[in-house]
Amino acid sequence: METLLEFLVAALLVMAGIFGFVGSYGLIKLNDQMSRLHAPTKATTLGVGGVLLASMLHAAAFEKYVSYHELMITLFLFLTAPVTANFIAKVHIHRQETRASMPEAGGDDHWATHDTPEDEERRQTAHTPPAED
Amino acid sequence: MIASAATFAFACFALALLMNLWKVVTAPDVADRILALDTMFINAIALMVLYGLALGSEIFFEAAMIIAMLGFVSTVAYARFILRGNIIE
Repeated sequence: METLLEFLVAALLVMAGIFGFVGSYGLIKLNDQMSRLHAPTKATTLGVGGVLLASMLHAAAFEKYVSYHELMITLFLFLTAPVTANFIAKVHIHRQETRASMPEAGGDDHWATHDTPEDEERRQTAHTPPAED
Repeated sequence: MIASAATFAFACFALALLMNLWKVVTAPDVADRILALDTMFINAIALMVLYGLALGSEIFFEAAMIIAMLGFVSTVAYARFILRGNIIE
């Protein structure tokens, strides 16, 4: 039993290390900016998840205390990784793409990342109901 | 067995941090730089938790949690600054 748990922790650690390494290697290896976004946001998050799982298992099996902090960190990372990826993609659209190079947004409108201040004003007035007096 | 696996993981994450640093220096655009910095934060969290595991100590999780929050807030602030020219409007 002891050996099995030890093997499990070691396997999780090795897997986590490989995932973390692949995530960062993809960051320097891939050519296109939007492909580069894939490597760290997915592989590295999995790598950190593996380390946290290994740490939890190690604490429960060998240190004789049960620790839930790792679950909190994992949850936080799994919630924030897509948000940061979305923000970085928006920065890419803002700096590298034009209105013409983007796919159709539907209707005669364009993507909100390319809004000018006038567009924003138009959107706000479109959503507020006319004042009644 | 756990000690050698932890050493392997330490080496992997240290190499990953170095590659991220290389990307921060040589990135062609600011979006890549933000991405590399965010990845550095995540790898730093992994290193910190690994160190806690290797020492058998609990106190590194608070530090890892704070680093996770700082990483998220700083990445969002940086991206927001590029997108809007302002962080809190």
